[in-house]
Amino acid sequence: MTSATTRVQRPGALWAAPALIFFGIFGLAPIAIVAGLSFTTWDGLGNPEWAGLHNWRTLPSDKLVGSGLMITLTLTVLTWATQTPLALAFGAWAAGPQRIRAVVSTIFFLPLLLSTAAIALIWQALLDPTFGLPAQWSELTGLSANVLGDPDLALWAIVFVLLWQFLPFHMLLYQAAAKQIPASLYEAAEIDGASPLQRFWRITVPQLRHTIIASSVLMIVGSMTYFETVLLLTGGGPGTATRILPLHMYLKGFSAFEMGYASAIAVLLVAVGTGLSLLVVRVSGYSQMTSEREGV
Amino acid sequence: MSTITARPAGEQAESVTPARSAKRSAARAGSRRVSRPAYGAGIGAAIWLVLVVVPLYFLIATSLRGSGDYLSAGPLSIPEEITLDAYRRAFEVGFLKFLTNSLIVAFGAIILVLAVALPAAFAIVRSKSRVVRIGFTLFLLGLAVPAQAVIIPIYLLITRLHLYDSLTAVILPTAAFALPVSIVVLTSSLRDVPSSLYEAMSLDGASNFQIFWNLVLPLSRSGVVTVTIFVGLNAWNNFLFPLVLTQSMDTRVLPLGLWEFQTQYGTDVPGLMAAVVLSALPVLALYLFGRRQLLSGLAAGIGK
Repeated sequence: MTSATTRVQRPGALWAAPALIFFGIFGLAPIAIVAGLSFTTWDGLGNPEWAGLHNWRTLPSDKLVGSGLMITLTLTVLTWATQTPLALAFGAWAAGPQRIRAVVSTIFFLPLLLSTAAIALIWQALLDPTFGLPAQWSELTGLSANVLGDPDLALWAIVFVLLWQFLPFHMLLYQAAAKQIPASLYEAAEIDGASPLQRFWRITVPQLRHTIIASSVLMIVGSMTYFETVLLLTGGGPGTATRILPLHMYLKGFSAFEMGYASAIAVLLVAVGTGLSLLVVRVSGYSQMTSEREGV
Repeated sequence: MSTITARPAGEQAESVTPARSAKRSAARAGSRRVSRPAYGAGIGAAIWLVLVVVPLYFLIATSLRGSGDYLSAGPLSIPEEITLDAYRRAFEVGFLKFLTNSLIVAFGAIILVLAVALPAAFAIVRSKSRVVRIGFTLFLLGLAVPAQAVIIPIYLLITRLHLYDSLTAVILPTAAFALPVSIVVLTSSLRDVPSSLYEAMSLDGASNFQIFWNLVLPLSRSGVVTVTIFVGLNAWNNFLFPLVLTQSMDTRVLPLGLWEFQTQYGTDVPGLMAAVVLSALPVLALYLFGRRQLLSGLAAGIGK
């Protein structure tokens, strides 16, 4: 037996080398490069020139960095707080065996077929102050017709569009997980006379805790990608009311061509992103997830 | 809170011993009394259904309107006459070119990812090498790197490689950022293969390459399908990399094309909506013919 195992062929590191080299160049090296670039001035065309701590000294005095960070965090919290309860509720609802639920959830999934750009452009047209819905409802409700141009409403509009875009995906995660919950648990609870609400809180929610954590991690890490929606919907406006930090970085880098300074903002972004992920992992115990799941 | 209760009474209780069935039906009768919250979930679902359907109706109805009709009628009114004029304009702006470019980027990224991720997954599952183990950890860390934050160094790399404004420039980073999830998916699908199969093959004198070709490839098929869809959708929807790494009409991909349409022909909303509908058709076809695979591709990386 031992002689057999020693003769077993095993692939060497060479098999993983192409993937490692490729990912190293385009995935990992850029993190080091962006840190380096943050100490330079670069207009994106010539060569980066050493600038010492200049960019890092400018950073604290840039009001848009502070406000951008605040708007980013606000957006992350608001999207999490709106998407998680709804995705959990609809996902568990859609997991039921009734035919009507299967049909309705198929419709719920339709936004998944549209790209971020497509969704942002549909909503922009639909929220158009002259030809869109607000022009009609402002007569009824007295709310501003220019939703995307109103500093108080624009961020909420973005939160809603992100909800519309991402709810189906998270609902899908919850639905798949809720279908895996052993029927015997509900059976037992029912025999004990638990009400549906009790069964939801005592069985469905605890059984879905890994999914809640995983979905939350994805939302929080993914909140960095809301950049595209914001760029297309409001461009960070009105004024700078919705200019999240990734958008500020993009505009500094590719609009003002201050690539060195934009790199400093990018480093800040990496730090914030990593910090958020670590926080979620620490708070939720995500790292022990696989081992717990194997036990179920 | 009432919207949350999802399971109406009794639907899970299928197999109950006869001795318990009396008690069960009593519980059923009892729970029927308190099952009202399920209606709450139903009402919530109905509201969300309206919120999903209205924009989709707007999208399709607007794409079928004449330009004049759009300006005069309300956004949700039924089009006075149905015309494909907007679709014709979408094609005139260059929809076919954008479509071709998006397809090239998607297939390029898929092939590149599979070509490097499959051997890597094989090595991660079977190798004893420390380099491979450390490499796997690096890929896991890579899951958390936001593409936004490294877009400037990627722009630097691409311009230095003289690839700026080419489709290759989009394919390379798109594939690289899809790699961590792809490797996780492929690795977990290969972990299900019993190691005795590998050992039996190598005892029969098979080389690593033969094992890879005759065992790993066939057995990782479901993982390959998931990865293909995941990478393809990522590439199809990607906005940031093409935005920063391309500029000319020849390299424009669909999402950028839509934006371009909006900034250049801002008033032609029917034309824009027609382009949006057209851009969604390939994914819709995928949804109709392979719903399971599409959804697993979407949920990739999360495990099941």
